[in-house]
Amino acid sequence: MQTTTTPAYLSRERQVSWRKRAFFRKKVVPWLFVLPILTINVVVVLGPALSAGYYALTDWSGIGSANFIGLDNFRRIITEDSSYRGAFVNNLLWLCMFLTVPIAMALVGASVLAPVRRGALFFRMTLFVPYVLPSVIVANLWRSLLDPDRGIIGWLNDRGVPGTDIALLGRQSTVLPTIAFIDNWHWWGFLMVLFLAAMQNIPPDLYEAARLDGANRWNEFRDVTLPGIRPVLVFMILMTGIWSFLTFDYIWILTQGGPAGASEVLSILVYKNAFQTFQAGYASAIGLTMSFFVGIIICIFIVLRRRGWEI
Amino acid sequence: MIAAARTTPQRKRREPSKIPNYLILSLLLIFAIGPLLILVFNSLKDRAELGNNPLGFPSSITWENYPRAWDVGNFSTTTVNSAILVAGTVVAVLLFGGMAAYSLAKLDLPGGNGLMLYLLVASSLPIHLFLVPLFFLWRQLGLVNNLFGLTLIYIAINAPLAIFLLRSYMVQLPRDFEDAARVDGASEWQVFTNVVIPLSWPGFLTVGLVVSLAVWNEFLLATVFLTDQDKFTIVTSYQNFTTQFSRDWGLTSAAAVMMIAPILIIFLVFQRRFVDGLTQGGMKT
Repeated sequence: MQTTTTPAYLSRERQVSWRKRAFFRKKVVPWLFVLPILTINVVVVLGPALSAGYYALTDWSGIGSANFIGLDNFRRIITEDSSYRGAFVNNLLWLCMFLTVPIAMALVGASVLAPVRRGALFFRMTLFVPYVLPSVIVANLWRSLLDPDRGIIGWLNDRGVPGTDIALLGRQSTVLPTIAFIDNWHWWGFLMVLFLAAMQNIPPDLYEAARLDGANRWNEFRDVTLPGIRPVLVFMILMTGIWSFLTFDYIWILTQGGPAGASEVLSILVYKNAFQTFQAGYASAIGLTMSFFVGIIICIFIVLRRRGWEI
Repeated sequence: MIAAARTTPQRKRREPSKIPNYLILSLLLIFAIGPLLILVFNSLKDRAELGNNPLGFPSSITWENYPRAWDVGNFSTTTVNSAILVAGTVVAVLLFGGMAAYSLAKLDLPGGNGLMLYLLVASSLPIHLFLVPLFFLWRQLGLVNNLFGLTLIYIAINAPLAIFLLRSYMVQLPRDFEDAARVDGASEWQVFTNVVIPLSWPGFLTVGLVVSLAVWNEFLLATVFLTDQDKFTIVTSYQNFTTQFSRDWGLTSAAAVMMIAPILIIFLVFQRRFVDGLTQGGMKT
């Protein structure tokens, strides 16, 4: 590294120019390296995010001028808009489904895969494959598989399995769990690989010791595996909480929130209000509430950590 | 010695059997891969067979769905559009993100911690928060229906992850090589291009793969920002034509196979790097 002290043997003038060059090299050059990406990020993310805070207080349509209407959009969210309440409840249901099913599947998958040697790479790789597929492919593939006339459901129905003559994606009572199932098909393998990596870092001695103490599989899992992967597990619970309030792709592709709003979530409302009914101000307000819920989840985690929960 | 000889066979006996593990893994494997096999089978069936046998192995293989899907799906245009988006984003993210990572890791950027915090916050803001103002800003600037405009957005969104991963890679590099180059009178730019990039290429490769996958598969922004048919990406075009030909499973399956084949090939080749990059990315954002 270069030093910042000016060499004393230089003449006064050259000392000044040396200092200037040192300043340039130490302070300006590093920022020049950061400038291009920072500029793009500020223009695309920070600027629009801040202006969303302003537009949320207006009746902006997206075109032309925006009239300041104070907190009216938020009043409308709380008191008038019944679709907002439905969407929020759906986000909470989504959260419950994703905190349980994929995490349970990933824990089972990872804990049966961790002790396996032969074929371990093959299983790890193939179970991960659905995660790299585009959402449109996964969604449309499952739409056809769940088709009541032809897909797996139709096949079961032909063989007289009761309760399989329904369009799972076309009914208000089944649509949301069905979309969650499809999203989860592509998601759980990713979780499993994360858990697997954490489990492989657990020292094998701990398992040996547990086994010598007469532990069965369940004891081993509860007393060795779970504590061993706790940091990853807790982090992924946090991320699941955040992502559950942002979910969009699968619902939009499969139902666009239908039938009759039964699968609407907040992100769908933002899209519809902004680009279909041209209430950009109101859409910004909804987007702001989404960020608010994400912020709450992060705050809960910070508070729990401060209180000494080891998460 | 005697104790060891006595415990070893005992421990072996107590080593739990692996058969239940393989049983559960096989069930999970069928769940994960079965639907994909059905997709490939269906792409090889003609219309009549799809009606009788929508799930099983094709009784006779026909390839005609593929050229038809290529034409109907307008793949010759959409593949190029997607490739332009991927290439533009990856080159810019690696170059600009690499520069920022170099500055953070090696140049003791004044205010570097503040920048890291900014990137962390920016990467956790929901897209739906800034999507609406961004769209109307982009429309004013003439960047809607413009591949360059969408590339800029992809660069911004993928930058934080790239910077975190590349920075953590560059921090581990020994300073000796750079300092030697500096003593020889190299500028910081020359140090970056001639010393740091060649030394940290595995990091660049990982980030390039992860960003390519993210851009190739991206749906929400491509739907919002590209509405002209001749600007569609492979993903938005697929969504468009599956709604149009929703009953023509042979066609949609063949198109799907063509879309995921390049992803799967690259994934299989770079499997380890992919999984590492994606899981690190998942842990760091």
